[in-house]
Amino acid sequence: MKFILMMHAPRGTGDYAIFNWPPEDLKAHSNFMKRLNEDLRSAGELVSVEGLTPPGQARLVRAGKGDAPEITDGPFAEAKEFLAGFWIVDVESAERAYAIAGRASTAPGPGGTPLNMSIEVREVMFSGSP
Amino acid sequence: MQSTGEHLLRELAPQVLGAVVRRFGDFSAAEDAVQEALTAAAMQWRDAGVPDNPRAWLIHVAGRRMSDHLRAELARRRRETALVMEAPPDEQVVPALDARTEDPAEQDDTLILLFMCCHSALTRSSAIALTLRAVGGLTTGEIANAFLVPEATMAQRISRAKQSIKKAGLRFRMPTDSERAERLGAVLHVLYLVFNEGYASSAGPSLQRTDLSSEAMRLARAVHNLLPKDGEAAGLLALMLLTDARRTARTGPDGELIPLDEQDRSLWDRAAIAEGVALITETLSRGSIGAYQLQAAIAAVHGEAERAADTDWPQILALYGLLKHMSDNPMVALNHAIAAAMVHGPAAGLELLKSLDADTRLADNHRLDAVRAHLFEMAGDRDTAMAHYRAAANRTSSIPERDYLIMKAARLGAKPR
Repeated sequence: MKFILMMHAPRGTGDYAIFNWPPEDLKAHSNFMKRLNEDLRSAGELVSVEGLTPPGQARLVRAGKGDAPEITDGPFAEAKEFLAGFWIVDVESAERAYAIAGRASTAPGPGGTPLNMSIEVREVMFSGSP
Repeated sequence: MQSTGEHLLRELAPQVLGAVVRRFGDFSAAEDAVQEALTAAAMQWRDAGVPDNPRAWLIHVAGRRMSDHLRAELARRRRETALVMEAPPDEQVVPALDARTEDPAEQDDTLILLFMCCHSALTRSSAIALTLRAVGGLTTGEIANAFLVPEATMAQRISRAKQSIKKAGLRFRMPTDSERAERLGAVLHVLYLVFNEGYASSAGPSLQRTDLSSEAMRLARAVHNLLPKDGEAAGLLALMLLTDARRTARTGPDGELIPLDEQDRSLWDRAAIAEGVALITETLSRGSIGAYQLQAAIAAVHGEAERAADTDWPQILALYGLLKHMSDNPMVALNHAIAAAMVHGPAAGLELLKSLDADTRLADNHRLDAVRAHLFEMAGDRDTAMAHYRAAANRTSSIPERDYLIMKAARLGAKPR
C-alpha cells in the first residue's frame, strides 16, 4: 500500500522559520530527517522523499486567455500552513504509515523541542511508471 | 530472450539456487550469484543458443561467481585480521559443482526455498519480494515494475529480507513434521497474496496485473506438484485456476469492472474451469477440508453455472457457512451475507450485515458499504442504495472499483421513478 505523507509548515513570512534557527538546532533537525529517511530506505519502504522550496517562491499558474499561461506570485495570504515536503512510502498497512508520520512529526525544533508538526497521510490511488 | 528460454531460466532458477546454497551455505550471496548467472544466461543464450545442459551451465556460472565472492571475502578478512589462512587455496575455494539432476533432495530444493522465503520471520512484503526473486527467478527490476515502486526500493526490501533470514538463523533444510503445517500455511498465504495483487491490484489504474497472477499460479502449481497429497496446496491452485478463468470477462474495453452476474460467460476460460473443478472435486473427496479448498469449491459452483441465474446459491450459502466457521475473516462474513440474500432475500442479508458494523477491521473498508448498497438495491430501496454506493466509492483505493460504484449510484439516480 502506497501512502503520501505530507509535512506542513507554518507559512511565516514566506520563508521557512527553520532558516532562522540556531545552527545546532538546524543540524539536529536535519540529522533526525536523515536518520528517518535512511531507516525507510533500508527497510525498502521509501519510494521517494522530496523537500520543497519556501512558499515565497511559489507561483500560481492557470491557463491564460492567449497562448501563454497566467503566472502570479503568492502571497496565498489565507493559507496558514504550507506543504514543506513529502514522503511516498510503500508499506504493509495504514498503521505503519501512521507510525512513520508520527515519528516524522516529532522532528526536533528550536531548543530540541519536538515540533509536533501535522503530517497529512493519504493513500495513493493511482501510480504511473516513469 | 525468447520466451521459451526465459521460461526455462525461471523454471531452473530455484533448482540452481538450491544446488549452490547446498554447496556453499551462504544463502544471501548464493542468491546474488544465481541472479548474476541468470542475467548472463539471458544474454549469452540469446546469441549462442541454449546449451545442452542449461542447468549445469547455470550452476557452473553461479558457482564461479560464488568462488569469486568467497575469494574476495577471504582476501578482505585476511587484510582485516592479518591472519594467513593455512589451508591451500584449492580447499578455500569450492571446486566445480556436481550437476546431478535426478537427486530427490534437489527436487525438494524449490520447496525448501519457498519455506525459507515465506518464513514468518519476514514481513509479508519482504517475503513476497524474495519469493519472486529467489524462487520465481524474476529480476529486482521486474518485481519493482510489478509493484510500481523504484528498483532501489525493491532492492532494499530484498536485502532486508535476506538479513531477516540470517538474523533468524534459518537453515537450508526441510521443516520438521511439527513445523510443517504452519510453514506451508505461510507459503500458500504468500502465493495467495501475489495472486491477489495481480488479480485485484489494491491500488492503481488497472484492475489486473496478470504477470503477477500467472507467476503466483506457476509457483502454486509447482507446490502442488511437489506435494500432490496436500489438500490446501491443491485447493489454492484450484482457486487460482477458477478465479483466473474469469479474467477476460471481468473487465470491459476501458478497464471498467464487470461484476460476476453481468459477465459474458462465453469469455470464461472453460479449460481452466474444467481443470480447477476436477482438481477441487478430487481434493474434497479426500477429506480434511481447509479454507482454500472451500473458496475453490465456491468458485467452482460459480464456474459451473452457464448463466448467472443458474447459480446454485443454496450450495454457495452452505459453503460460506462452513468457511465462516473456519475463519474469522470479515470478508467471508460479507460474502456469506450476499449468499444469504440470494437464497432468502435481501432482508436476510442486511440482517447479517448488522453484526459487521462494529468490526473495526472493516472501518475504512469500502466493501461493507458496497454490499449494503447492493442489497438495498435488491430490496428496491433506491435512495439508501445510492447513498451506500457513494460512501463505498469514497472509501475504495482502486480506481476501477471507484468508477464502478459511482456509475451504480448514477444509474440508480437516472432511472425513472
